Amino acid sequence: MAVLNFLEAVRETLRAEMRRDKDVWVVGEDVGKKGGVFGATLGLFDEFGDQRVQDSPLTESAIVGVGIGAALYGSKPVCEIQFADFIFPAFNQIISEAAKMRYRSDGDWTVPMVIRAPFGGGVHGGLYHSQSVEQYFTSTAGLKVVVPSTPYDVKGLLAAAIRDPDPVLFFEHKGLYRAIKGEVPEGDYIIPIGKADVKRDGTDITVITYGKAVHFCLEAAEELAKEGHSALVLDLRTLLPLDREAIMTAARKTGKVLIVHEAGKTHGIGAEVAALIAEECLFDLDAPVQRLCGPDIPAMPYAGPMEKFYMLSPEKCLEAMRTLAQF
Amino acid sequence: MTANTQARHEALGLTRDQLLEMYYYMLLTRRIDERLWLLQRGGKIPFVISPQGAEAAQVGGAYAFRRNQDWFLPYYRDLGINLVAGVTPREIMLSAFARRSDPSSGGKQMPNHWGNRGANVVSGSSPVTTQLLHAVGIAQASRMRGDDVVVYTCCGEGSANQGDWHEALNWAGLHNLPVIFMVQNNQYAISVPLEKQVAGGSIAARGKGYGMPGVQVDGTDLLAVYEAFKEAHDRAMRGEGPSLIEALCLRITSHSSDDDQRRYRSAEEIEAMKAGDPLTKIKHYLAEHGLLDDAGSAEIDVRVKAEVDDATEWAESQPYADPEFALSQVYGEG
Ligand SMILES: Cc1ncc(C[n+]2csc(CCOP(=O)(O)OP(=O)(O)O)c2C)c(N)n1
Ligand SMILES: [Mg+2]
Repeated sequence: MAVLNFLEAVRETLRAEMRRDKDVWVVGEDVGKKGGVFGATLGLFDEFGDQRVQDSPLTESAIVGVGIGAALYGSKPVCEIQFADFIFPAFNQIISEAAKMRYRSDGDWTVPMVIRAPFGGGVHGGLYHSQSVEQYFTSTAGLKVVVPSTPYDVKGLLAAAIRDPDPVLFFEHKGLYRAIKGEVPEGDYIIPIGKADVKRDGTDITVITYGKAVHFCLEAAEELAKEGHSALVLDLRTLLPLDREAIMTAARKTGKVLIVHEAGKTHGIGAEVAALIAEECLFDLDAPVQRLCGPDIPAMPYAGPMEKFYMLSPEKCLEAMRTLAQF
Repeated sequence: MTANTQARHEALGLTRDQLLEMYYYMLLTRRIDERLWLLQRGGKIPFVISPQGAEAAQVGGAYAFRRNQDWFLPYYRDLGINLVAGVTPREIMLSAFARRSDPSSGGKQMPNHWGNRGANVVSGSSPVTTQLLHAVGIAQASRMRGDDVVVYTCCGEGSANQGDWHEALNWAGLHNLPVIFMVQNNQYAISVPLEKQVAGGSIAARGKGYGMPGVQVDGTDLLAVYEAFKEAHDRAMRGEGPSLIEALCLRITSHSSDDDQRRYRSAEEIEAMKAGDPLTKIKHYLAEHGLLDDAGSAEIDVRVKAEVDDATEWAESQPYADPEFALSQVYGEG
């Protein structure tokens, strides 16, 4: 069992999958000798060469579109979008092509590809290096959307994504890359896409979250315990398809639900989770479902105080959790 | 024709039988399309978008490729490409009638959104030029595996202004990939004429900027198109990389069954296209060289008509998918 940080878990999983299957290759901006701007592919170029660790031209639509073509031919591209903020030039390829290929061809043509992208704020990235873009994709059937929160989950979910027969968007919160370490078993394992995970069990309130916010909520849950309230923290891990069973079980268990995400509130994941709970669990609830989300502004501002104002924190999570617990 | 002067098709290495087969495919393309318009006007199918005026470009182009070995990522007008690639008239009609056994989609997609696994025709969508990038990816993946594959892809001249078009040519040029990009320049993108669409007026000239030859060819001249494609295909097989071919075509019909080109083209302009009809031209060539007499020509007409009749009747008799088929094939197993 090795202790890896989040970024190392990404890299070692890529390496393991590329060793395991010669059809797996990575492509993106600066992924070659430089190893990616965050270092996710560092060292892979030396091991696998310039074809399987391919520096693309600066063209996101092509990174994804060429990846789709390669996947149609039976190879398994892992496309890196340097920052999730720059995925929009590839939006058409993802929505019109990758997501619809199997459906529109009655299963004759499929796109077994992964698109990795670092997302999220709190890193002084301003409007265009901080966004949480998952909500633009989670309303598109045909895609899968995965957001891991721990190195262990990174390995199991990225391996699952690469072996999945359909296009998977794999969003990595860049604020976790070096901040979070964890034990990662050396052998091969898979975490099924579409399964949430109870990161902390509890009895008084249920917090449903994903990405970096998982860690904020876990920290807050520690504090809340000292105040005498027990919080269950459910890490969604996959946003599409949602683990409906896990959400309903967690909601019913405590009867009080708070949904937390960094992405903006309106039309967000929280809205869907809240609607599901309203449809299925209304009479199990002891309090209105609450949401703690990013503000509804176009993106995260650069200056420190405004960025802090936007970002979630353990303190903000604790406050929302305490309010709900005391309801 | 004097005996010691080589005819153009012979100079290109084409036998009489091959040339007649190309003519057959051009005629089949035209007649299927004419039937589709009748069906549309008769209220039997909702939509038609037509290859008329581009048959020589499509059949001449497709003929340079190897059936069941090369790959095709056509655009909506490319009926002729599909037929030469091995898609049958019955399959075309199944898709026009949106029946369950339509091989492109089981009736989910509009017609002309081709796709035929058996013929290496990759499923296409409506947003123009997305398929050019797929063509590049297929070429890249096939090269990684060491396979001998040349990839065809195509779009119209208006579509050649999309970002994906430029990204695809750049990537193919960078990696010297075996892709042949055709642009069927029919002078219009729906109602917008070439001069409001393409800066500099030449698509072919753009090839140079992407490190590949760009040639312009008379897209109504079957043999000229075949020659350009043969050359491009040979280059691709020799490992010399991609080519761009701009075929100057006609758009004899309106953009689609939802358009009426008389609103933006003069009657004279529409009438003038008759003189350049690629089918008239090839028939003239065949007659001039004594390759097809009236009896032979009538025989081909009968054969084509029988095929179109059979395909139409058979496809119309096939069932639709159940409504719940709409829910199928969202995700795979695994
Ligand atoms: C991205 C996108 N924008 C708009 C359309 C609608 N549209 C379909 S065909 C067409 C004109 C295409 O013209 P051209 O590329 O010259 O091809 P042609 O139809 O003339 O063969 C337009 C605007 C589309 N299909 N895709
Ligand atoms: Mg046009």
